[in-house]
Amino acid sequence: MDMSVDFAGIKMKNPVMVSSGTFGYGKEFSELFDLNILGGIITKGTSLKPKAGNAPPRICETPGGLLNAIGLQNPGVEYVVEHYLPWLRKFDAAVIVNACGGTVEDCVDVCKILDSADIDGVELNLSCPNVKAGGGALGGDYETVKEVTGRVRRVLSKPLIVKLTPNVSDIASLAKGAEDAGADAVSLVNTFLSMCIDINTRRPILGNNTGGLSGPAIRPIAVRMVYEAAQAVRIPVLGMGGIVNGNDAIEFILAGATAISIGTGNFYDPVCSVNTVNDIESYMEKHGVSRIKDLVGAVILNN
Amino acid sequence: MLFCEDSELLERECLGPCLYRFSVRSNNICDNAKPGQFLQIQVDGGLGAFLRRPFSIFDIDRSNGIVDFIFQAKGQGTRLLSKKHVGEHINIIGPLGDGVFSWDGCGNVMIIGGGIGIFPLYLLAKRLPKKHNAFVRLGFRSKDNVVLEDEFREQCHALNIFTDDGTYGLRGSVCRNLDSDLGSDDIDAIFACGPLPMLRSVKEIAARREIPCQVSLEERMGCAIGACMGCAVKFSDTGKPPAYARVCKDGPVFNAADVEF
Repeated sequence: MDMSVDFAGIKMKNPVMVSSGTFGYGKEFSELFDLNILGGIITKGTSLKPKAGNAPPRICETPGGLLNAIGLQNPGVEYVVEHYLPWLRKFDAAVIVNACGGTVEDCVDVCKILDSADIDGVELNLSCPNVKAGGGALGGDYETVKEVTGRVRRVLSKPLIVKLTPNVSDIASLAKGAEDAGADAVSLVNTFLSMCIDINTRRPILGNNTGGLSGPAIRPIAVRMVYEAAQAVRIPVLGMGGIVNGNDAIEFILAGATAISIGTGNFYDPVCSVNTVNDIESYMEKHGVSRIKDLVGAVILNN
Repeated sequence: MLFCEDSELLERECLGPCLYRFSVRSNNICDNAKPGQFLQIQVDGGLGAFLRRPFSIFDIDRSNGIVDFIFQAKGQGTRLLSKKHVGEHINIIGPLGDGVFSWDGCGNVMIIGGGIGIFPLYLLAKRLPKKHNAFVRLGFRSKDNVVLEDEFREQCHALNIFTDDGTYGLRGSVCRNLDSDLGSDDIDAIFACGPLPMLRSVKEIAARREIPCQVSLEERMGCAIGACMGCAVKFSDTGKPPAYARVCKDGPVFNAADVEF
């Protein structure tokens, strides 16, 4: 059985990655399992300068999900390149750095630095719902996505994956914006802008008031959006949103995702990604699928 | 060393209203756990309570490979966990936390616990060499809430129980007369865990007397291993922008003066 995929020019032994912001820079999870099992690792969102993050509380649980407003806390791209990436490079897994910025210029500057780093690609974060500047505000419509992607494209020769916000009515147009500006792939979904209120204090639970919802609760919406995006573009799609096992992963692949990524599932079970790799293999065996790429977009619509 | 494993529930004891003591088998956690560390526990393996729950380690029985933790079943997740039967397996990550209780270089110590915050203090009292003379204060709401009195008494030099309503032990807050007792008992280190208002009082009194104070903090957690930055606590005096520590990885035990809570 062939589980390998070519995702945006990145060769991976299997289609399973771990999502930005849920896996740090890999170190902590490496104490619990062998990172060589993964197809790829997407790092924590990394900005030009260090970011402190939001005031706590930063997370709260919802039915089948998690609301977060971390606020992109990270030590800045130079620190990451010097201290985290050389270690992460030792593993046989693609290394993709999630790049974020408060302005287009910041995004460009981060990607300039990353272009000369020893990594396989960049995931450009145009979708964080928890920062006042940048994030989702830099990627809310076709024109903006195209503009920012284009500016980054000019300084980045490595594979460029654009991470889209799901907080829009027309996800296909965002995917098209990325493709038209020369992105090598799109990834989706980031989290859904949400709010939880403590009825006793009458205050929002999160320090940031609003946050992004992830986890199994949002999975069917994510599957629909991945399907719509995959229909709209020719570049590959990295699908994510509530995946906790192989069956969930297969669903995204059938909807059109070339590769998939596990985020909040890593908290539910830190070895969730390992189990997912094994589950996908069992599915292929059971259903006589010899190459995983034959399943990409193979959903059969009713009528 | 960190482990993620299915551990068998060996004993399940109801200590009081909605309060459960679970004993699980884990040689790995027993061999590696330090006082102040915690476990991240999958409560039902399903999506009813999606996130794991962090619980401090209460006791370690190294010779038999048994780890005890105590929790209050007050929310959906903890209620699901409380229904587990002996013989079932529970998925546990642990032992967690680089910030642990440390008694290097101190003489007499004061251990202060409030409510369900008393649990991480037991292993500390047990492991603390006896030459340190541990003076322990435990505070509870009322007589019905008082637990583990005999267990703590066995491990310490002197024990005082406080209840808010005076129905058992001394009446009032666990911080009552703390200031003067710190002087008369010649205390040079404080260890505390409990509700935030209590911890703030302890921190203030300790600062006034210039006695080093370590506190064990609690926060909502995502990964619990230091990757997600979900359980932030603000460092003191870092100006703007603020700097945040991770309760799960840099803590859960901090020098009280280092963090704002």
